[in-house]
Amino acid sequence: MRRLFAYAAGFAFLALPLSAAEVTTHTLENGMEIVVLEDTRAPVVVHMVWYRVGSADEPAGTSGIAHFLEHLMFKATDTLESGELSQTVAANGGSDNAFTSYDFTAYFQRVAADRLELMMEMESSRMDGLRLVPEDIPTERGVVVQERKQRTDNSPGALFGEQRRAAQFLNHRYGVPIIGWMHEAERLSMEDAMAFYDRHYGPNNAILVVAGDADPDEVIAMAERHYGVIPANPNIVPRERVAEPPQLAERRLVMEDARVAQPYVIRTYLAPERDAGDQREAAALTLLAEVLGGTGATSVLGTKLEFDRQVSIYTSAFYSGLSLDDTTFGLVIVPAEGVSLEEAEAALDGAVAEFFDEGVDPDQLDRIKMQLRAAQIYEADNISSLARRYGAALTSGLTVADVEAWPDILQDISAEEIVAAGRAVFNRNNAVTGWLRAPETGPELEATQ
Amino acid sequence: MIRLFLAAALALGLTGPVRAAVDIVEVTSPGGITAWLVEEESIPFLALEIRFQGGSALDAPGKRGAINLMTGLLEEGAGDLDARGFAEAREALAASYEFDVFNDALSISARFLTENRDEAVDLLRSALAETRFDQDAIDRVRAQVIAGIRNDATDPNEIASDTFARLVYGDHPYGSSDSGTEASVSALTRDDLIEARDRVIAHDRIFVGAAGDITPEELGPLLDRLLGDLPEAGAPMPQAAEVAADGFLEVVPFDVPQSVAFFGHEGISRDDPDFFAAFVLNESFGGSGRQSRLSDEVREKRGLTYGIGTYLVDYDHADMVLGQVASGNEVVAEAIDVVRAEWARVAETGIAEDELEAIKTYLTGAYPLRFDGNGPIARIMVGMQMQGLPIDYINTRNDKVNAVTMEDISRVAARLYDPEALKFVVVGQPVGLLPTD
Repeated sequence: MRRLFAYAAGFAFLALPLSAAEVTTHTLENGMEIVVLEDTRAPVVVHMVWYRVGSADEPAGTSGIAHFLEHLMFKATDTLESGELSQTVAANGGSDNAFTSYDFTAYFQRVAADRLELMMEMESSRMDGLRLVPEDIPTERGVVVQERKQRTDNSPGALFGEQRRAAQFLNHRYGVPIIGWMHEAERLSMEDAMAFYDRHYGPNNAILVVAGDADPDEVIAMAERHYGVIPANPNIVPRERVAEPPQLAERRLVMEDARVAQPYVIRTYLAPERDAGDQREAAALTLLAEVLGGTGATSVLGTKLEFDRQVSIYTSAFYSGLSLDDTTFGLVIVPAEGVSLEEAEAALDGAVAEFFDEGVDPDQLDRIKMQLRAAQIYEADNISSLARRYGAALTSGLTVADVEAWPDILQDISAEEIVAAGRAVFNRNNAVTGWLRAPETGPELEATQ
Repeated sequence: MIRLFLAAALALGLTGPVRAAVDIVEVTSPGGITAWLVEEESIPFLALEIRFQGGSALDAPGKRGAINLMTGLLEEGAGDLDARGFAEAREALAASYEFDVFNDALSISARFLTENRDEAVDLLRSALAETRFDQDAIDRVRAQVIAGIRNDATDPNEIASDTFARLVYGDHPYGSSDSGTEASVSALTRDDLIEARDRVIAHDRIFVGAAGDITPEELGPLLDRLLGDLPEAGAPMPQAAEVAADGFLEVVPFDVPQSVAFFGHEGISRDDPDFFAAFVLNESFGGSGRQSRLSDEVREKRGLTYGIGTYLVDYDHADMVLGQVASGNEVVAEAIDVVRAEWARVAETGIAEDELEAIKTYLTGAYPLRFDGNGPIARIMVGMQMQGLPIDYINTRNDKVNAVTMEDISRVAARLYDPEALKFVVVGQPVGLLPTD
């Protein structure tokens, strides 16, 4: 069924709480952390290695190098030929992949439980043994250029997102796209990749997450054998990210692209993220996003703007607290036919102002909390997503204790805290407001379309 | 209880018998509804997957988009509850109902907590049997659908997919987008939507898979409560599609930096004795793994794309082999040349023995990994029933893969891949690519 828009999928983000899976943690002598999530329902494991390095750690001028290196990590190592890792995973009936974000880079395989040690053997080989050759570079860079075209350049919504982030962050590298600006990504070199690798890869910057049918003691023993023998990388130092200066002026963008069929307005505010031992404000913002923009038929924005005033066909609010540094809280409105972007933005601001006066509907908050409790049960059915939650949290400055405390903190947040968190964040000096629309067309052109 | 059994003989190069044993029980309700059930009591919820065969291909003549719009309205008010009341009731139960429709089926993916399962089932029942179709809800969802249609008109992937469908399936329902057109959707009335529901949501086409915290004794009455009120029969199924025979290359000019290409031709029926050989062969040639021959040639060796794949797609009314690739305007012609050359090569020479062994090991090893949660298991069981597979299929599937021989591969390669019949639709500003007349 098709009624939502392609760009809608990326907006909604509800940080679901975690289930009560068996969690075991351990740290190897070389500094590598281990998290085991045991679930014996099926003889399958997910094996993931997360590095505390992402695109926001890149040196200026080499945007996209974290992601390009992630691609190159499938080439040869001291013990593996180029492509051998993926081929071996496939030959064992498994699947493998990797992903790069602002704060982390992660590599994973999903295989039958009795293949776990083979995965560790191969994954550990590329932790310090990557052996690139010059011929790897142009072809794989071509793949990355095509990836950028596919994900970003072919999509006005994605290009608009890049422009908005660049305006949001005045100093922080969160303003640079993960895949890199095209003019830099297409010139990345083997030297860039190896310099980044030597500086950031090693057991003392890595977290092993194993989830599924795996005995924690056996996992730790295996990890000792394969990862424990790798010396800590002395180049790795604690991450020192630049801070944003005070943001003193609202930024407003109008982007026009002929491919835009449905114009919309997005506003993002700079917002605090979840911090270790200090997650209440982020929890309040997580709930605020649900209160304002959860399900259209029950959310504040949906009922006011889609149902009552009928000025919008889609509204949303989004917030992700999983971030090493300051994150954003966003609001979206897609206007109804005949409603201008200016009117839509005014209606959005009006609805938020009303909400701050009216406060949180206690029944709505009860329903949201009930769904969050249920989500813990539903989440237990998907061990891979659980593994990702731990990996993302631990590479974003949180601890296992923070992850485990999160569901209870969400349940404990009051209506007053939600409103207070919103009032603190919704400051237009911290905000980027973007309009995306098609350029005005002359009457003749319109007539022919 | 979900438990998969992997035999030990997964060792490299040797394909021993690998088994994914999922204990499926067939349950027939007192009212005569059949479901396949996997009991799994360790997490207190039930995943229920329901499909009504026919889906949006059952749109009445001139009413394209009616079934899609109707599906969007199932959660927009039922019985005593308007759209808001319905959403509030669902949220209070923390139940989840996802309604979806495609050309062969309307699907419902539901999750109910054990603690309030009866109420959650009753609410879903009212969505199906007592849909309100309030005019304000119709207007609201219609506006969303039309916005989606407009978006699709400037999305290169949607343009490619719609153009390919139109040129290949013609007047058959498969030949047009099931969202309908702005004009057809604008013209739909409340009566059209009620009729659309009755064409699809009926007893004579229900398939059910259930996995989770429920016994067979509990499931039967639940199904009767949920589905017992539905009409006996829906609309007759569509005829088989007539697939365009000749190959062609169509370019749709569109201002994007990367061209999107859809390609393919007629495939092979799931009932065909050579289906498994064709499936194994295609997985090796263009399957989803990074190791496919096409991915190796187009991505790994030449860096022309981020991803390429081909798929055996057995719709209810057409069997196809379809592929997709996105490649920069300046290099897409080269990518298409490689596809054509590889298509001809595989048709002529099939794959090598080591490629066959590698893909068998992959397919047989990967199969058990699919059954990794109540939701996926419920979905797989519905798919098996709709394809007419026996209830013990899971135990025999890997044997069928392993039984494919090099002779089978050679025979089916020549039959499956036909470079002359290969049809391309390319959307973008491709350089040096000339459409055939």
